[in-house]
Amino acid sequence: MKLKNWKEVNPGSVITEPGSSEKFKTGSWRSSKPVWKEENCIQCLFCWIYCPDNAVKVKDGKRGEFDYEYCKGCGICALECPGKKGNKAIIMVEEGK
Amino acid sequence: MAKIVAVTGNEAVANALRQVNPDVCAAYPITPQTDMMQRFSSFVSDGKVKTELILVESEHSSMSACVGASAAGGRVITATSSQGLALMNEILYIASGTRLPIVMPVVNRALSAPLNIHGDHSDAMYARDTGWIQLWSENAQEAYDNTIQAFPIAEHIDIRLPVMICLDGFIISHSIERIEYLDDEQVQNFVGDFKQLYPLLDIQHPVSYGPLILPDYYMEFRRAQAEVNTKVSKVVLDVASDFEKLSGRKYGLFETYRLEDAEIGIVILNSAAGTTKDVIDEFRNKGIKAGLLKPRLYRPFPYEETGEALKHLKALCVLDRADCFGSSFGPVYSDIAASLYPFKDKPVLVNKIYGLGGRDYLPEHAEIVLNELVDIAETGKVKSYKEYIGVRE
Ligand code: SF4
Ligand code: SF4
Repeated sequence: MKLKNWKEVNPGSVITEPGSSEKFKTGSWRSSKPVWKEENCIQCLFCWIYCPDNAVKVKDGKRGEFDYEYCKGCGICALECPGKKGNKAIIMVEEGK
Repeated sequence: MAKIVAVTGNEAVANALRQVNPDVCAAYPITPQTDMMQRFSSFVSDGKVKTELILVESEHSSMSACVGASAAGGRVITATSSQGLALMNEILYIASGTRLPIVMPVVNRALSAPLNIHGDHSDAMYARDTGWIQLWSENAQEAYDNTIQAFPIAEHIDIRLPVMICLDGFIISHSIERIEYLDDEQVQNFVGDFKQLYPLLDIQHPVSYGPLILPDYYMEFRRAQAEVNTKVSKVVLDVASDFEKLSGRKYGLFETYRLEDAEIGIVILNSAAGTTKDVIDEFRNKGIKAGLLKPRLYRPFPYEETGEALKHLKALCVLDRADCFGSSFGPVYSDIAASLYPFKDKPVLVNKIYGLGGRDYLPEHAEIVLNELVDIAETGKVKSYKEYIGVRE
């Protein structure tokens, strides 16, 4: 994408295109990523509620995969996840490992 | 028809704000501004204005509420002094960077510590690089006139920047002077309607304010904001010329007094300029060619025009009612030095700091400075480039 020059940017950095944050892929910020262990998942959907980036996908009321294009690796889902009998259903793994 | 009244500076500015009848005012009391917003809140309670008055818990909140209300689409005002302006600091940059034309009288008062409630310029001077336009006022009439002119300047489609109107605490804010009011209708027509470019409340055209701008774009936005500043002088002069047609009172980027043929000169802001003009008259009567320049549009500073107006002098003193610690000179001195730098022939330039924390500036102080300038003009010798006057040594 060609970047705008200073004469083309909107005064006061106001964004006039609704929903344009979809184009802002925050996944590149991630230094560690959440990994879902389905066998420990009790389908409580806490991860879906707590994720600040809407990066936990849910289909037909069931927990689905992470959306790594937007997941910025904050780790909130892993912290909140109760898991099964003390075994977490989300663990954080350092990127590149 | 103009109405002649005897009022304080605070009362005059509060009345200008009543005549403008803004949509929103978010304010917090602080001496010596308090009495201005107290008067304005009476106008709200008495139904004299339709303004939504938001009583907040601090100046950080008042400026934050102003930012929100202005982005929403309202014509917005507040007022402050000293510590209040200091507490607003973070949000001042957000108001200007977001290009929100908020109008704010600043009743100049010294900054703490030591704690002091009296007039000097250290508050507005610290805020000179926050991206706000600053108009300075010598007396109540100028404060009233600048307040009215601030709206069409701030809201001009090429500008959209917030404006501070500076007036000296107590010396102007609490002293009664003879001033002329315009009619309410004249003021209403002069300021017209305000239309926000991107009102948040226009739900048919949703917008987002305050996004995160990373290194790929931040510099472009700052460059664009710098460009807007280059257009301010012209708009200030256009608005002044319209205002003159209405009021008969003439305003420019700065005021010059007996400066054209002068050999020595003084640059000084606000109320102390009046005292200085009197002493200049006395020196003129003695055959000494003295003159004065009083900045009005101090931010963005009209460097070229100011340098052009001062370059012919032999000796020039800038009197600052604020000090800059860690740098050698007062704030106005630094700007005047920069404005003269491009010229090959220029005056010898000295700096005096005066009147801090409301210390009186008396005719004898102006005399001391002018006598010293006479010496410098004759001999070319300077004993000190920066000195404090009116302080016990
Ligand atoms: S929080 Fe943990 S257990 Fe609950 S749905 Fe998400 S992954 Fe499954
Ligand atoms: S790590 Fe953070 S951003 Fe990623 S899915 Fe979990 S809560 Fe969402």
